[in-house]
Amino acid sequence: MFREPLLPWMVFLPLAGAFTVLFSPLRETGLRRLALLFSGVTAVLGAVAFAAFSPELSGFQFRFEQDWFTLPGLDAPLRLALGLDGLSVLLLALSAFLMPLILVSAPGHIRHRVREFLFWALLMEAGMIGVFAATDLVLFYFFWELSLIPLYFLVGIWGGPNRIYASLKFVLYTLAGSLVLLVGLIRVALEAGTTDIGRLIEADLDPGLQRFAFACFALGFLIKVPVLPFHTWLPDAHVQAPTGGSVVLAGVMLKMGTYGLMRFGLQAFPAGAVDWAPWLLLLGAAGIVYGSLLAWAQSDIKKLVAYSSVGHLGFVVLGTFAGNATALQGAVLQGVNHGISTGALFLLVGVLYDRRHTRAMDAFGGLARTFPAFAFLLVLTSLASVGLPGTNGFVGEFLILMGTFEQHPWLAALAGLGVVLGAVYMLGLCREVLFGPVTHEANRRLEPLRPREWAALAPLAALMLWIGLYPSPFLERTRFACFETAERLAPWLERAGEEARPPAPALPATPEPELR
Amino acid sequence: MDAPWIWLIPLLPLAGAAANGLLHARFLGAGGGAAPERRASWLGVGSVALSFGVCLAAFLRLLALDPEQRVLRASLAPWISAGQIDVAWSLAIDPLNAAMMLVVTGVGALIHLYSTGYMHGDRGFAKYFAYLNLFVAMMLMLILSDSLVGLFLGWEGVGLCSYLLIGFWYDDGEKADAARKAFVVNRIGDLGFLIGMGLLFWQTGSFSFEAVNDAARSGGIPSGLATVAGLMLFLGCCGKSAQIPLYVWLPDAMAGPTPVSALIHAATMVTSGIYLVARLADFFTFAPGVLPVIGAVGAATALFAATIGLAQRDIKKVLAYSTVSQLGYMFLALGVGAFGAALYHLITHAFFKALLFLGAGSVIHAMHHEQDMFRMGGLRDRIPVTFRTMTVGAFALAGVPLFSGFFSKDEILFLSAASGGGGWLLWAVGLTGAVLTAAYTGRLLALTFFGGPRYDTRKLTPHESPASMLTPLRVLAFLSVAGGLLGLPFHLFTPLHDWLHPVLGGAEAAARGEAQASAALEAVLMLLGGGAAVASLYLGWKRFVQDPGEGLLDPRRGALRHPAAAWHVDAFYTAFVVVPLKLFAAVCAAFDLLVVDGAVNFLAWRSRESAEGVRSLQSGGAPEYALWMAAGAVVLVAGLVFGAL
Repeated sequence: MFREPLLPWMVFLPLAGAFTVLFSPLRETGLRRLALLFSGVTAVLGAVAFAAFSPELSGFQFRFEQDWFTLPGLDAPLRLALGLDGLSVLLLALSAFLMPLILVSAPGHIRHRVREFLFWALLMEAGMIGVFAATDLVLFYFFWELSLIPLYFLVGIWGGPNRIYASLKFVLYTLAGSLVLLVGLIRVALEAGTTDIGRLIEADLDPGLQRFAFACFALGFLIKVPVLPFHTWLPDAHVQAPTGGSVVLAGVMLKMGTYGLMRFGLQAFPAGAVDWAPWLLLLGAAGIVYGSLLAWAQSDIKKLVAYSSVGHLGFVVLGTFAGNATALQGAVLQGVNHGISTGALFLLVGVLYDRRHTRAMDAFGGLARTFPAFAFLLVLTSLASVGLPGTNGFVGEFLILMGTFEQHPWLAALAGLGVVLGAVYMLGLCREVLFGPVTHEANRRLEPLRPREWAALAPLAALMLWIGLYPSPFLERTRFACFETAERLAPWLERAGEEARPPAPALPATPEPELR
Repeated sequence: MDAPWIWLIPLLPLAGAAANGLLHARFLGAGGGAAPERRASWLGVGSVALSFGVCLAAFLRLLALDPEQRVLRASLAPWISAGQIDVAWSLAIDPLNAAMMLVVTGVGALIHLYSTGYMHGDRGFAKYFAYLNLFVAMMLMLILSDSLVGLFLGWEGVGLCSYLLIGFWYDDGEKADAARKAFVVNRIGDLGFLIGMGLLFWQTGSFSFEAVNDAARSGGIPSGLATVAGLMLFLGCCGKSAQIPLYVWLPDAMAGPTPVSALIHAATMVTSGIYLVARLADFFTFAPGVLPVIGAVGAATALFAATIGLAQRDIKKVLAYSTVSQLGYMFLALGVGAFGAALYHLITHAFFKALLFLGAGSVIHAMHHEQDMFRMGGLRDRIPVTFRTMTVGAFALAGVPLFSGFFSKDEILFLSAASGGGGWLLWAVGLTGAVLTAAYTGRLLALTFFGGPRYDTRKLTPHESPASMLTPLRVLAFLSVAGGLLGLPFHLFTPLHDWLHPVLGGAEAAARGEAQASAALEAVLMLLGGGAAVASLYLGWKRFVQDPGEGLLDPRRGALRHPAAAWHVDAFYTAFVVVPLKLFAAVCAAFDLLVVDGAVNFLAWRSRESAEGVRSLQSGGAPEYALWMAAGAVVLVAGLVFGAL
């Protein structure tokens, strides 16, 4: 059967690809093709994992386990343990799916030190896939850090003029979060005596430990997401990163944070999650409005998209901590949606940058006349980004908003402002870039979209409509995990609710219905 | 009963949109040449006409059923199924939306046909039809869906098409701005829609209209929540149907091609809010305090917009404010529980307002894109067919007896007068609005078609439009007269009301209660209304035939300067909403940079500074190290000595 070796291969292939590229005698074009081959096969495996993932099963699927080494103080050995469940399957598939698109589009903006670029890109892919596939805490941490370093080089070497500042800020900021995470990880491992994520979830850890661990883990994840007020590294990193780096960052890296919040925050440490949920919900909702306002105030297209990410991820955080399966399923899907739409937006910004070497909004205008294919794609992506029904963004936002309404109608209404503000700044972007008269002569002679640009953008556009019109294949795969997670939270939520308000008066006995 | 084939109704125009989109893409790819007008016309008009045919079939199918059983259902596939939510792609046709779909596809087909003439020679011909077909598909999703979520898909979908079509000639920055404004203002309403939907969902466990109406009827929705949810949904209606306070986008929407104004911004899309309230008639009836608000907003909008309509110079702007005003009458009817009357006026208005807009389009076409009525005049001999058909539409709008608008508007006024409570006040406001309506209609006819030409006759010879444009005018003129037969007064002949009764009868009975009025009162009010309309129409016409009165609109001295500036509402919104918000966003951006990011950089800087402090210890100088060693040794020894003591 292919089920057991599937995940190890998905981690191993990009890793092998990275080193093959590094030592291959091929030259530039050959190297690009080689890297594309490795990531392409990995993407196919990702599609297989998605297709073969059974929505009917609870717990991890495609499990692979192998003893690794033993640490003193732990009963069980550390293991190379991989598996997928409803929280991770979509993100894993997305990670595998995005990398070939990035490599396809890379020749537009990566012109020097190609070998190194491909090496780091593939290494990062291995790390990202590993994060979503790992079912062992230490292994998770290993991949978590592994994916961090390549991005540092991607931004630092191929980035914009201020790349050193941005990459250092990004690395130090996330590293600080990771260290706190590590502290929590060590204490959990020592006190629980295991690093197996499945067993940690089942173990019902001591509430005190859960609260401590949640605080440590969450800080690391909140920085990665990033949630207001830890978000300021993001615009810098995005603006300085090369297009491919931005796509990975938005598409996958940030999702590692939201994924961590769900996997550890909700599943393993529900007591802590319930304690902190009111604050995190508030941060999420505030982040939506705040990020949207900031996006509106930008004149650099890429900065606008970066701040819009803060807003979109506010939705994901809101859905994560809203406390029911509806919102949680929405949050999982919205993570993927954000990867698709924002990834596409960054690719589109890259299309402009490659041609005009500027990202200032006022350098454009009237592109709908001179660059219609681009205009079509930008409008479509903008609509997906603002959550127009029929596109992927709507399904996720709708589930999150509706789910949040159950317990927190005021927060849902506040978050809803993001729906209005999203239209304000995204359509503002379209207005400035696409419509009005052509104001710069250079915009009259823009080179039409190249096949490789189509190849990178068309699949994303198709996914926007697919998930928007028929999201069932995606939603049904997340169903089990989200319901189980919500059930796990329920007793803690009840307990918190009882503490918050005085005990309800006993209900009068309901009269027995009369039988006729 | 199950009827999967009704999915053809929205899918045919959708397919037309896709085909036209591909046609346009190929035209662009070919890089020049003539736009593929023939094929685009066939696809565009054909797909909507076919859809109209299927609608007729569905209508006949319904007709054959027992009145209480008149529902056709079709479920295609699951759509959003997650958590506690389960929404499917499913349609349900009952008498209410059957009436709507016939109007949408019927009037829609006529306007598509008209567009083939109007858009002739435009580079974006195929694109135009792609958008227009997409609009029809979305509008049909809006009215045929059986749940709030499906309706919301159409609701935002028509908003998108409106956005695309208002900004169709996007090279003009003002038009692009108008498009964006329309979308954003609508989104404010849509936020209300989403909130209302969320509140209702957790109360009823479902998004389906039947479930919400049933829950409302059986008292399953707490009254406070029902009020909030009802008002929130109505906020959505204010956005889409251009009511106070969210009407401001509609006059700007006239930037789009005129057939678009006729179809989207007069006959169909803007009536979505009326449809929504009628669809949830039971719910709105049982939500305390909501219907009075709807009635008051409707009446206020009807009067307010009519005053503005009297002081416009752009022929399309007159009609735009007129539409806002007429939609107000429909909400007024809903507010007094006269759901059937609202639908009746919706249908007659669709006929005569589409006619007026298409007529205006024909005028504009003849005048080579001149829209200023002060630059027209005396066109009745130049474009006689347009003149005659538009006069029919104008009479219907003004409420001249025996024209369709007369019957439908007087029914609304009569029913509000008879609704008890503040009914007489609503009636008085409505009647005043009706008088103004007749006056601005007379002014429009006078300025456009009468008097002498006020344009340069040497440069411009107005000519009548082609047959493809005149045929829809004639058909709509016929309907603007014959539409009255849908509901004659004194219960003489009321096919529309009887048809809608299974759906709306219960809510009407509950909302209007015992409010009954004598036929004598109806007759008196009708005479009063009809007489006032005719007199006002004549006076308005006479006043402006003699003198176009351009000076009245002078921004400094004109008597009508305030209504001419739309009572400065747009300026007010700009100054007190848009600019402060934009400033707030800028302040947030500065705050983010200086405070939030500043704190991060400060932390980094402090760490670095403190590290510098420690680093200076490692200077590399041997004497210094020796000094430190000595000091350390002293401390150590001291510690040992004192520790031992």
